[in-house]
Amino acid sequence: MTTTKVRKHPVNAAVFVADNDRAHWHDQALWFVRSKRDKMAATLPEWEELRQRASEIKLHTLSRLADLLEEFERNATKLGATVHWARTPAEHNGIVLSIIKKHNATKVVKSKSMLTEECHLNPFLERNGVTVTDTDLGEWIVQLLEEPPSHIVMPAIHIKREEVGDLFHKHLGTDAGATDPPYLVNAARKRLREEFLGAEIGLTGVNFAIAETGGFVVCTNEGNADLGVSLPKVHIACMGIEKMIPRLKDLSIFLRLLGRSATGQPITTYSSHFHGPMPGGEMHIILVDNGRSDILGSEEFRRSLHCIRCGACMNTCPVYRRSGGHSYQTTVPGPIGSILAPSRDAKTYSTLPYACSLCGSCSDVCPVKIDLHTQLLSWRKEIAHRKLLPWSKRMSMTLAGMMFQRTWLFTIIGRWGRWLLPKLPRFMVYNRFNDWGKQRELPPMPKRSFREMYAERKRDR
Amino acid sequence: MPHVGLFIPCYIDQLYPDVGFATLELLEKHGCTVEFPPAQTCCGQPMANTGCTDAAIPVARKYLEIFSKYEYVVCPSGSCTAMIRQHYHDLVHDHPDFERVTTHTYELCEFLVDVLKVETITGSFPYRVGLHQSCHGLRELRLGSASELMQPRFSKAGQLLQGLDGIQLVELKRADECCGFGGTFAIAEEAVSCMMGLDRVHDHEQAGAEIMTAGDMSCLMHMYGLITRQKKPLKVMHVAEILAGRQPKN
Repeated sequence: MTTTKVRKHPVNAAVFVADNDRAHWHDQALWFVRSKRDKMAATLPEWEELRQRASEIKLHTLSRLADLLEEFERNATKLGATVHWARTPAEHNGIVLSIIKKHNATKVVKSKSMLTEECHLNPFLERNGVTVTDTDLGEWIVQLLEEPPSHIVMPAIHIKREEVGDLFHKHLGTDAGATDPPYLVNAARKRLREEFLGAEIGLTGVNFAIAETGGFVVCTNEGNADLGVSLPKVHIACMGIEKMIPRLKDLSIFLRLLGRSATGQPITTYSSHFHGPMPGGEMHIILVDNGRSDILGSEEFRRSLHCIRCGACMNTCPVYRRSGGHSYQTTVPGPIGSILAPSRDAKTYSTLPYACSLCGSCSDVCPVKIDLHTQLLSWRKEIAHRKLLPWSKRMSMTLAGMMFQRTWLFTIIGRWGRWLLPKLPRFMVYNRFNDWGKQRELPPMPKRSFREMYAERKRDR
Repeated sequence: MPHVGLFIPCYIDQLYPDVGFATLELLEKHGCTVEFPPAQTCCGQPMANTGCTDAAIPVARKYLEIFSKYEYVVCPSGSCTAMIRQHYHDLVHDHPDFERVTTHTYELCEFLVDVLKVETITGSFPYRVGLHQSCHGLRELRLGSASELMQPRFSKAGQLLQGLDGIQLVELKRADECCGFGGTFAIAEEAVSCMMGLDRVHDHEQAGAEIMTAGDMSCLMHMYGLITRQKKPLKVMHVAEILAGRQPKN
């Protein structure tokens, strides 16, 4: 996965779209989630106020993140947890491995954590002789398929249940051709239970870390995080440094927004609070930077750190729904991913800010009011500024700019174009160089432009 | 009598002159003195949205200079108006005319409803019409309520259309999904763009629309291209054309 060559988004997207039925199925599945979100949000008259509050709390938090992180560290330590700081994925993975080694452990159960995906923890641990089992059902499905998640909340949203049936038949010995969800879920539950019982270490992500208490909250719908850290004695919690909120009373605002935005539920089924290790156990909290400080330092993009990873921008994005999460080739896909990825590597991910029609739906759906589409536009400027645009695009825009500065040139080019196009044989207009014309006709060319007709009308009056 | 500078976006000037005329007629009918300054070309959006700020700045300057002498500027495009009102700040905020011109540039329906206080437009359009809410008008200018936001529902174009005799506005399954035009996006992401456009067309078809209308001809140009290639009976017309009394062509 980490060695896969990153291709341009339009290339990946075209492959996904080519399977038209599947692309439509994917679009509908996610639109269904967006519609559920709308219904659920509409039940709260204070919805827009909640978004505003959440955005302000995040703005405040980021403005004093260093202080809050240290406050969190002090309070978590008082509760008996050990707090680690990791600047890079390598440091993070090293810390996790050293804890595992210290306990001579080889079996880890993990509940969903996009941060560990970002750090590519699973392959690292496996190379070091540790078996990691993802216990979120969707995440486990993609783990068995040896694929990365395609969505941050619904990692296997791109997999049809027939395919899950085949996969479970192969790995769990379920009946061939079985597609009944309860049957498949039961088979998974049975197997995962064994993993839970045999695990020596439980690893989770973190949804919210509360500075004033030193506690943190993990939200799941399957209860897998709770089981995963209740059986083993050692709990490792991995979090990006932006997960901080100042006070416990701020939490309710985010919990009300998260479930509704993510899946259209009033709240996640389990919102579990952790305050220090269990009696006789150990709790490790790893605070990971991995480029977040750089984003925090950028006035233009710092608001992207408000993100609570609800996935609503993906569900609403008309491009994401039709191109699939894997087309982005990033841990976090969709609109927010297209802002975060170029922050780390603008050259590799230079096409992502352009995988967007600038419709703005993401900005309006975002529960913490990140101005996503404006930030995508800002990234385009940054990419052009860093000379990462393809030559053809840069050149055509420079020429267009020159033409629009000169009214006479614009008028002449327009007149020639309108005169010439209808005279050309079809193959000279509609060919492989004309991406507009692959599926679309050009508009009929009028004989006269508005300005010509207007000048005439003025003369006649 | 409001003195209006008419801004006709570059592609409307060259490809859809009648949309320009419909706009002109509507404004005159509602008591405006309208002038089309012929030096105008484009708002600069194609360059700006590609990220080519350097190429967009002189075009934005040119716009400010041409339109500085008018009381109002009116444009039959939500997208171009949004470019001027929301994004000129990043390009030309230091220009002496920036503040006045950008705050006095209006999209056509917005100008009719908010400035001229037009409540109904007389006329007849006995067809089933689907209103495609073009994104920039909707979410950057707030010409209507976006489906994502939990707020009272409204649409400035819808309100004006509703007043015509015989018109029937159809209900779409997805009230305001993007059509996938998106400027250079239509070319750069051709596959997704066309799929989005066709989905939008299908939504109008299933709702029984005979005419698809929008405040932006660019969205309609994209969907016209798809409709025509697939030989579908659905027709496209700009809101200005319908409001100015044009009837569908065969």
